[in-house]
Amino acid sequence: MSIRQEASIAGAYEHPTREAPDRSTPQLHAEVAGGALEDAGLSLDDVDGFVTAEGPGVLSLADYLGLDGLSYVDSTDIGGSSYVAHVGHAAAAIAAGKCEVVLVTLAGRPRSRTADAGHPRRDFPGQAPETGFEDVFGTSIVGTYALAARRHMHEYGTTPEQLAAIRVAASEHAQHNDHAMFQDPVTVEDVVGSRLVSDPLHLMDCCVISDGGGALVVVSPEVADSLDRECVEVLGHGEAPKHHDGGRIDLTYTGARWSGPRAFEEAGLGPEDVDYASIYDSFTITVLEAIEDLGFCAKGEGGRFVEGGTLQAPDGELPFNTDGGGLCNNHPANRGGMTKVIEAVRQLRGEANPAVQVPDCEIALAHGTGGSLGTRHGAATLLLGGDHR
Amino acid sequence: MSEDLPAPAPPVNPETERFWDATADGTLLLERCEACGTTFHYPRARCPECGAPDTQWFEASGRGTVYSYTVTRQTGGDYADATPFVLAYVELEEGPRMMTNLVDCDPDDLAVGRSVSVVFHDTGEGNALPRFTPD
Repeated sequence: MSIRQEASIAGAYEHPTREAPDRSTPQLHAEVAGGALEDAGLSLDDVDGFVTAEGPGVLSLADYLGLDGLSYVDSTDIGGSSYVAHVGHAAAAIAAGKCEVVLVTLAGRPRSRTADAGHPRRDFPGQAPETGFEDVFGTSIVGTYALAARRHMHEYGTTPEQLAAIRVAASEHAQHNDHAMFQDPVTVEDVVGSRLVSDPLHLMDCCVISDGGGALVVVSPEVADSLDRECVEVLGHGEAPKHHDGGRIDLTYTGARWSGPRAFEEAGLGPEDVDYASIYDSFTITVLEAIEDLGFCAKGEGGRFVEGGTLQAPDGELPFNTDGGGLCNNHPANRGGMTKVIEAVRQLRGEANPAVQVPDCEIALAHGTGGSLGTRHGAATLLLGGDHR
Repeated sequence: MSEDLPAPAPPVNPETERFWDATADGTLLLERCEACGTTFHYPRARCPECGAPDTQWFEASGRGTVYSYTVTRQTGGDYADATPFVLAYVELEEGPRMMTNLVDCDPDDLAVGRSVSVVFHDTGEGNALPRFTPD
């Protein structure tokens, strides 16, 4: 069974806040749910599937939101990539006849909880089997990504300046987004001149920390046909976890090596068909390795590929993260997969900020990387197409 | 640098008790699967390659090379006041790549591929963290 054209995204909403000290996390879930349903022209009463990953959990949130009559729930948590995977799961459930209108929500408030860029992965929970073999050595999110960056540089000659080009492109896009946390364009010199957090990664190689969230509404073709709103078709989905593998981990590639081809195969498309790409950007290295693994260039060529404006909309070879991405715009709840899908929907609807709208955008890719390149992560890839109904 | 890194005690469970007990004696243990021959780390009761329960402990040489490293300059938790310190993967002679710290070293003198040897830092709770220092 394929999910190609078996479901559509009818509603997408990104919360405008980036700092929410005066709201609860469930409240943010309710606000983004309302926003996405309104965008689709649907209501809570129409929802028969509910998917969310982190925080209070799917049961508590179904209760809080007052969702009745649910016939499908999913709480798959593969970090920030969860929400990319959720669209694939929702489409599969719709294709199997389990439900017709699936609400996907994300919300969180890490900024108000004073997280910082170098925060440890977690507080020694004691349950995860790897804890005693990683956390005791002072691992952090940025530290473990830095290990991947160093190894990629060692094997392929990738430079800090090449990684910086990714931040530069994101910043050029963010200047057109009134909601972006960082709206000023930066240069390669700015990035490599910013302080090192965990070398070779500088402060500007890291994404923002923001409160907020987002939501999506995934619907059956029949529901899509009944709506006035332009819907975006789900064409293909792939996912794959990658892990330490008993000590055989190779830090130079990501799970996109597997999730990407699965999504392309289901969609009957290849990298050359992609007009716009949302690529998870927790750190610049996250983008670089994923670009290679998704097949936009050969392994090891990512550094040279991103130089010279390749990623800059609207005219670059591979316009990416036109909202400014996690690097400059928003990384709500420390989870950027949701906003990756939302910006891809905007591009396909022609509703991106005009300065960065890709002309005739018909095929978009959204890719998530959740967890850490340096230890274990989930990868999820979606291919989406414009409304051809 | 790294002279006075914290040495937080690891959580110990029945699968990992032998590994951690050995560290108190300055011994680095690894596990090898008797069924498929795979050597792996971190330790566990069943082989992550083939699933067989026939795992055998053996003493590692304690030597390896730097697979990757980073000088962490900002973090939280136990290590918040220990920056800068070196987080690294060391590729052991026996194969597995192991998360650890590089200690007693000049970060400007580090490089991927550098030969290193294990040292043990007492946690004060009956075991020690295996860290590595350049040869």
